[in-house]
Order: sequence, then C-alpha cells, then structure tokens
Amino acid sequence: MDVMPKWADVILIPVISIILAAILSALVILAIGENPWAALKLMVSGALGSTYGWGYTIYYATNFIFTGLAVAIAAQAKMFNIGGEGQALLGGLGVAIVCLYIPWPHWTVALIGAAAAAALFGAAWAAIPAFLQAKRGSHIVITTIMFNFIAAALLNFLLIGALKAPGMEPATSKFPEPAHLPSFQDMFNFGDTTFFRGAPANVTFFVALAACLFVWALVWRTRLGYEIRSFGESESAAKYAGISPTKIIMVTMLISGALAGMMAINNVQGEAERLVLNAAEGAGFIGIAVALMGRNHPFGVLLAALLFGFLYQGGAELALWTSIPRELIIVIQALVILFTGALDNMVRMPLERLFLAMRRA
Amino acid sequence: MTLAQKFLGASAALALTAGAAAADPAILFDLGGKFDKSFNESAYNGAERWAAETGGSYAEVEIQSDAQREQAIRRFAESGANPIVMAGFSWGTPLAEVAADYPDTKFAIIDMVVDAPNVRSVVFNEQEGSYLVGMMAALTSETGTVSFIGGMDIPLIRKFACGYAQGAKAANPDVTVISNMTGTTPAAWNDPVKGSELTLAQISQGSDVVFAAAGGTGVGVLQTAADEGILSIGVDANQNHLHPGKVLTSMMKRVDTAVYDAMSDGADMETGFNVMSVANHGVGFAMDANNEGIVGYDVLAATYAAAAQIEAGELAVHDYSSDETCPALDF
Repeated sequence: MDVMPKWADVILIPVISIILAAILSALVILAIGENPWAALKLMVSGALGSTYGWGYTIYYATNFIFTGLAVAIAAQAKMFNIGGEGQALLGGLGVAIVCLYIPWPHWTVALIGAAAAAALFGAAWAAIPAFLQAKRGSHIVITTIMFNFIAAALLNFLLIGALKAPGMEPATSKFPEPAHLPSFQDMFNFGDTTFFRGAPANVTFFVALAACLFVWALVWRTRLGYEIRSFGESESAAKYAGISPTKIIMVTMLISGALAGMMAINNVQGEAERLVLNAAEGAGFIGIAVALMGRNHPFGVLLAALLFGFLYQGGAELALWTSIPRELIIVIQALVILFTGALDNMVRMPLERLFLAMRRA
Repeated sequence: MTLAQKFLGASAALALTAGAAAADPAILFDLGGKFDKSFNESAYNGAERWAAETGGSYAEVEIQSDAQREQAIRRFAESGANPIVMAGFSWGTPLAEVAADYPDTKFAIIDMVVDAPNVRSVVFNEQEGSYLVGMMAALTSETGTVSFIGGMDIPLIRKFACGYAQGAKAANPDVTVISNMTGTTPAAWNDPVKGSELTLAQISQGSDVVFAAAGGTGVGVLQTAADEGILSIGVDANQNHLHPGKVLTSMMKRVDTAVYDAMSDGADMETGFNVMSVANHGVGFAMDANNEGIVGYDVLAATYAAAAQIEAGELAVHDYSSDETCPALDF
C-alpha cells in the first residue's frame, strides 16, 4: 500500500518544493539588495498579467511540453533520453528543409508536412543510439549526449554551407509566407482589441496538447504502452512474458525522438520562421527537469512546462526591468529544478513520515 | 509601516525606475552576455564610458533566448528609450521587422546592416585590422608558421581569419597559416581550456604566433602561449596587458567607440551606414608599453606603411563576407 495518498504525491510535493525554491530565491535576491516581493510581482505580472505575457509563457511551455514528453515516454521504459537537444535540432533541420524546398499551398498542410519531417528527423537521430543500446548495450545516456554534439556540429556545418542565406548570419533564409503558422495574435483577433500582440505563441500549442493526449493514450491505453511499462518495471519479467527488449527500446526511443523533434515546429516554423544556429537553446535539457517534475505523466508534464514557461518569461521581464543580473535569474530557475527534481526525497520523506504518523493516530 | 505598505512602496519604486528609463538610451547585448571578455564586454565598456562622462543612465538587457530579441526591442521602444543600441548580427532580422513600428525611435545595430530610415548600421572592416596583425605575426615569426584560433566557424570569424592569412602571406609568401575553430555550440565562445589545447596543438605544428578571435576562449589561448613561450595576439579590446611582453599586439575592434558615439548622439543620432575601418581608427592594432619591447622596428615600420596604404585606398584587403571566398586560406 502507498504511504501517501495520490494527491499528496502529485500536488503537495511539487508545491512544497516550489515554495522552498521560492524562499531560497527570495533570500538570494535579498542578498544582492533587490526587493524579492517586487521581483516576484514583476515576474507574475510580466508572465501572467497580460495576454502578451501569456503569449510568451505559452510559447516557451510548448517547447518544454514536447521535450518533456520525449523524456517522459523514454522514462516509462526506464531509459534516460538526454538527447532531446540534438533531436530537437535535427527536427529543426527537417522543418527547414520541407519549408524551404516544398511550395506549400496553405499553412495547414505545411504544418502537417513540417511536423512529419520534424518527427522523422528527430526519430532518426534517436534511432542510432537506440540501436546501439538494443543490439550492443552501449548506454543510452552516453550515446544520446554524444549525439547532441554531433547534431550541433552538423547544423553548424550546414548553416554556414549548403543552407546558409546570403549574408553574414549563419541562418537559412526566411520561410516563404504560406509556410508561416498563425500566431495567437492572428487567431484571437477580435476587431478592436488585439490579444497576444507580438507574442510568439502559435498554433503549435494545440499540437503539443494533442501530443500530451497521444502519449497518455499510448502509455496507458494500448498494448504497446503496457509493454513499454512492463519493460520499464522489469526487463527480465518482460522478456519472460514474451516482450522483445529490442523492439521496445527501438520503438520507445523513436517515439521519444519524434516528440523532441516536433518541438521544431514551434520554435523554428512558428517563431523564427527560419533555422538559426543553436535553435533549440537548451529546451532539450529543460525537458528532463519538466519530465522529472511532471512525474513522467503527460498532465504533469503540461503543468511543469507551464511553470518553466513562466520562469522563462518572468525571468525575461526581470532582465528587462531590474538590475538583477542574468546569471542570478538562471540561479532562480536552477533552484526550482534542484528542488523539484534532485531534492525530491528531501520533501518526500518527512511528508511520508507525517502521513504515517497521521494514519497511526 | 505595515508589511503591505512596504510592499506597495517597493513596487511603486520599481514602477518609478522603469518610468525614469524614458528618453535614456538602451543597450541590448547578445546571447554571450555583457561580461564575455570580448565583443559584448566592449559594447558594455562603451556604454559605461558614456555613463561616466555624462552622468546619464541607460537601460540594458542580456537576453537568454532568441525569442527575446523582438520582445526586448519592442519593450524598450515602448518605454521611450532612445536611441536603442544593439550589439551583434543576430539582432538584424528582428530589428528589420520592428524598426518601422517605432518611427520616432532611433536604433543602432553593430555588425549588421538594416536598411530602415531610423536605423544606424555600424559595420567593421575586421579584415583590415586582421591583415595588419597578420603582417606583424609573419614578420615576427621565426618558424615561418603562424596560427589562428576562432570561436565558432561562422562567416564573421572567417572574415577575421581571412584578413589575418592575407596579411601574413603579404609579409612572407612562404608562411604557413594554421586555422582552427573551437567548437560548434555557444560554449565555444567561453572555453579557455579548449583554447589552451588548440594552442598546444598548433605549437606542436610549428606555430610561434597565435591570433585568437574567440571571445573568452582567447584567455586560455593567450595564457598558454605565454606559458609555452610563444607570442599571441589579442582581439576586440587591447589585451596586451594580460601578459606583458608576451602578447605581440591586439586586433582592436572599437565596438566601445561605436556604442559610445551612438549614445552620445542621443535621440538626434544620424542614421545610415557607418563603416569602422583603419581609416577612421575603428579597427587597428594596439601598441603600448606592454608590447613595445617585442615588436621590432622594421616590423612596426612595415605595418604602419601597410596601414597608410589601406587608409589611402591603395591596398584593398579582400573581405570574406563580400563573396564568401578567401584567396589566402581554405576553410
């Protein structure tokens, strides 16, 4: 029997962790002579106080949903996919190629085509480490990390060579107009009042929500999902039950890579509308924290991604309007990751003791 | 005073500071951050010099993500900051989209050309300064091999490398020029350990003068060169003082001057296309007490002669970015 009720595991622990991180962040801000309350207010109003702020928060969250889901589904098979960054970069390459070289008639088909290309490229990038794990036992953590660097090098090579637009910048040219995705500003424009003005959130957010639903249904409502979870719980038991480890490792990693790759329709097609160097900007690594915090469940990933979106956009507001240095904003973001991810047991164990004591009483 | 009042007061003060930014200039740094010991730091120094001399204040932001570029330009423009100076070619695309929305705000962009009536585009002839330090390197080298360490393989850095190789080959047609790039991720701009490794590798290939155009990575290059007893060449700012007597010279790219000028001109800043070259001392090489003992008289004479020729338009250094080829170096 579980020591704690489910709601305590899912809600109470993350909330307490965030509060602890916030207290520590406040002390840090206080130590450099700024007002933590004002900083918090600025973060909240900047990230959640207007449709504009929400537009940025949702944009970042969309990236993190994809990479978080990628880590989460691999984790269901007890595999640690650290290669989300490289898979997202390759996804960007796929998006750029289909957007630049195929004359799409309308954004709807362009979105489908780009999403397919992003998923394909991301999955292909995950396939090699997956194959090495399945057939040769090379540890997936090591190989996926190494593939991040190979991806960066490959993109660097292509963006100063074959794909570079004329000029000094290592980037492709702008995608043609029909391949541009509608932003929230285009979608929620009701006459006089413009919502989400200038914000990069776009239709991809709904694709991300659909991806959450897809992962949930796949993992908990299909035979494949059952096999993935069985394999994750015990490889030898799964083998005994006739589940092929090779198949599960390959399929899970392909889905994981495809999800990470699909992030590119948000940042490359939706926001930048061209491929630049280092397009993923660390979202692949944030995905690890998002999945950890979201307990590898799609709904948890969604909430955690929104939290990190808030931290990113709130952090941008802090950078714009206060003299809190950028490094410290990263410290605040890191504290949240530390408390929700790494220091999970620090909150969990006392809570478990508390619940046990309550039950005895 | 109750706690709530304190909080209210604090947020009011915050609102006031944000309001006071109106009509002040603003500077937007690139992803490297303002203390990158290189390009951004040079821009920061220019802004600080302006603030120290005029007693004025300026708004600034170090972005963390490409998505924040347009956001930062818009937010500063809407807050009334004028002029808004941005350092780095990556600001070009967002500025080109945003500039027309704020016709009363003046923008200055460094290292990129944006064609809009309210934008000043400042570009540097890095190839000229690199040519001059390349000459000094080849003329000083005893092994006949000189080398270059770039941060990342991007066109801008190739422009440095190409000028350097041209200068070296002009001074000594038989010279061997080795060129290496540090990496392919943004970490390449701040990786002194890798810089040190590359320097050692180049020394083993015979190089005895190394030019680093690699941001913070250059610190490791200069350090290793000094430790191993070869000469190095600094970049962007005057880095001669880092290892006195061991840094041959520094290729000066006066980003600080460009920022200082834009901020000094204020809201009346003239817009258009500005080229910073050897002729207007926007680029050049650094001579000071730290390196005067190690630069030979004939080396200096030849370099000044070449600088005068460039200034007079008699000597044209090939610009890599003009056609993306380099006559002196293969990439």
